[in-house]
Amino acid sequence: MKSRTRLAALLTLLSLFGDSHAVADSIIVQSTTSTANSGLYDYLLPLFKKDTGITVNVVAVGTGQAIKNARNCDGDVLLVHAKSAEQKFVVDGYGVSRHDLMYNDFVFVGPPTDSARIAGGRSAIDALSKISTHKARFASRGDNSGTHKKEMALWKKSAIDPTSASGSWYLETGSGMGATLNAAVGSGAYTMTDRATWISFKNKQDYSIQVEGDSELFNQYGIIMVNPEKCGQVNQAAARQFVDWMLSAKGQDAIAAYRLNGQQLFFPNAN
Amino acid sequence: MPDASRPMPGAASLLPLEISSLRYDVGEDRLIDNISLTIDSSGISVIMGANGAGKSLLLRLIHGLLRPSGGDVRWNGSALNLATRQRQALVFQKPVLMRRSVAANIDFVLKSRDGQDRQRRDQLLQEAGLYRQRQQPARLLSGGEQQKLALARALATEPEVLLLDEPCASIDSASTLQIENLLRQTRERGVKIILVTHDIGQARRLADDVVFIHAGRLREYQPAATFFDSPKSDEAGAYLQGRIVI
Amino acid sequence: MQDFSNAFGLAASLIFSADADLIEIIALSLRVSVSAVVLAALIGFPLGALTAVAHFPGRQTLTVTLNALMGLPPVVVGLLVYMALSRAGPLGWMGLLYSPTAMIIAQTILVAPIIAALSRQVIEDIHKEYDEQFRSLCIPAHRVMTALIWDSRYSLLTVMLAGFGRAIAEVGAVIIVGGNIDHLTRVMTTAIALETSKGDLALALALGFVLLILALSVNAAVYSLRASARRLSYA
Ligand SMILES: Nc1ncnc2c1ncn2[C@@H]1O[C@H](COP(=O)(O)OP(=O)(O)OP(=O)(O)O)[C@@H](O)[C@H]1O
Ligand SMILES: [Mg+2]
Repeated sequence: MKSRTRLAALLTLLSLFGDSHAVADSIIVQSTTSTANSGLYDYLLPLFKKDTGITVNVVAVGTGQAIKNARNCDGDVLLVHAKSAEQKFVVDGYGVSRHDLMYNDFVFVGPPTDSARIAGGRSAIDALSKISTHKARFASRGDNSGTHKKEMALWKKSAIDPTSASGSWYLETGSGMGATLNAAVGSGAYTMTDRATWISFKNKQDYSIQVEGDSELFNQYGIIMVNPEKCGQVNQAAARQFVDWMLSAKGQDAIAAYRLNGQQLFFPNAN
Repeated sequence: MPDASRPMPGAASLLPLEISSLRYDVGEDRLIDNISLTIDSSGISVIMGANGAGKSLLLRLIHGLLRPSGGDVRWNGSALNLATRQRQALVFQKPVLMRRSVAANIDFVLKSRDGQDRQRRDQLLQEAGLYRQRQQPARLLSGGEQQKLALARALATEPEVLLLDEPCASIDSASTLQIENLLRQTRERGVKIILVTHDIGQARRLADDVVFIHAGRLREYQPAATFFDSPKSDEAGAYLQGRIVI
Repeated sequence: MQDFSNAFGLAASLIFSADADLIEIIALSLRVSVSAVVLAALIGFPLGALTAVAHFPGRQTLTVTLNALMGLPPVVVGLLVYMALSRAGPLGWMGLLYSPTAMIIAQTILVAPIIAALSRQVIEDIHKEYDEQFRSLCIPAHRVMTALIWDSRYSLLTVMLAGFGRAIAEVGAVIIVGGNIDHLTRVMTTAIALETSKGDLALALALGFVLLILALSVNAAVYSLRASARRLSYA
């Protein structure tokens, strides 16, 4: 206990340099990257702050990492897109309850050469089979993110195991959507991305959307308050206020109102 | 330089200096070869010998900076230890000055003795003729000035034994006389001085007794008058006449 | 590449418009990295002096370890600090994760071995020079160490500069423990990583130029200080 106080004193001293933490009433949202990179939070959070005075600090990482961080109690709210993993998070007691928040969809993007001839198709499974038969380069997130999990589920449905070709035509970048898009564009590979990230992505070069509109490509975002019974330091009141606001008519309208380059990126569907 | 009136507590109580069968080897080379010598007299003992004879090595062994390969050095019966070494000061042939101002070089030593004392520092610098340069970086002093500063620093420790390795090597004749006066005053205060010099004139002016070494061996230890009038060994005779002996 | 030429223009306009967000990010970068380097120096200099001067069992091992730790990957440091500061970790109760303090801690750990290892070399050199004189004057060990550190301060400033270079340029550690939170823990490197992932390569590169200019100015300042010290032959 004594050494603990001494350490505390030392670290408090340190915080003088660091000017430590945020405002008293603030929460941390562990979030997927697409919502942050597309500018959604830059639009929503000032509105929320105006209503409640609460500062929201967003840590944007892949869905897998976000869930892991939240399991370590390093967040008050989780906002990701991998339904089964989210449900497991709640079942394991880390989340209070999961709510559908909004959706958009995944799309396949590729270069104009389109060596696997997938452009114009509507079936994701079809596109994947063509890519694997042509051994056309395909960049995968490979990072356990929501997008990656979705992609793996699609491969499974098409009865193909692309990981056996890992390193030849199947490229696992192990990084975020943006980095994977950069890698795909840089190496002439196809990839699957959520529409929000694609629209806000600025390094498209001559790439375009080639497959879209399959119901299999539906992308649901969920929001979960981290369970204060598991994580004592959760800022309960503020976290609950944030989740409620996002699910409220006001929050849902704000999500629908957000536009980038004139396009709607997220479609609210809380019930 | 320091004033002669300053009392030296327990002056010269380190004597006699007994050196017995002292050897110092580096590899195959026997650089100090079986030197035995007892210095009991207070006053100034001058060590002479040709370049490379082993004078600087002998001084370092006496001061305890080098560990002998054989034999030993005793000060008043006790082996070299921190207590005996603290009562001595050595001025090196090549002065090592700190990368600080002239004044700060003295302050550093004063601080480790009886605390910082500006008055004493200024006095030491005045006596060394360096007061004007006190704010200068010590390493920008001329060669002679650096030697004077090294001497002033040694005196700041108020040693009972002062070991000097050619302290006047690049000092002009006026300053040499000034330093010699200072050494005489220091001797008056009962400080034992062991001085290495190549300046035969200086040796004649200052020496009470003379140690002459050649090729790492002791050749003579005589009262000064005897040594200069009738050196026993051929090497000493040749050295005094400026002849080269191999 | 068009991005490249765009980036120059963008960097210039960012700097001259004194963009408030950019200034906030630069200020935080400097605050975090300078604090980390100062703290790392407080740890590294005595360690460097100790390994340069003192003889104790395990000194060799310590020296080799410090040299090896210079190559510590920032991500690993980030992970270790994350695990310690996470609310689920042993220091979670302090609530330091995702704060500038956490970033300073991570960079201090990253930089301290560099400062220790490089200062050991500097101090070893000056120690060789002073050693006989200090032994003759019977200077106690702790004063020897402080004197060596003080007298090589201008060289040690360059050592700190090397540490600063590593701190200001690293992204792996601060992005994990800071979380790259806008207006709270976003620094130059994490902002660059973010813009890269958004595909805005021109803006990322422009921020890179700004970082370069920042590093250049700090280096230039230290070198001019050192040059004047050298004229006084204090360095
Ligand atoms: N560490 C060492 N290793 C090998 N040889 C050494 C070492 N130190 C001194 N010597 C040799 O020992 C001999 C005596 O050296 P010393 O410095 O004592 O000479 P000196 O009598 O003081 O000469 P000078 O009048 O030139 O100052 C020299 O030949 C020198 O080369
Ligand atoms: Mg000599």
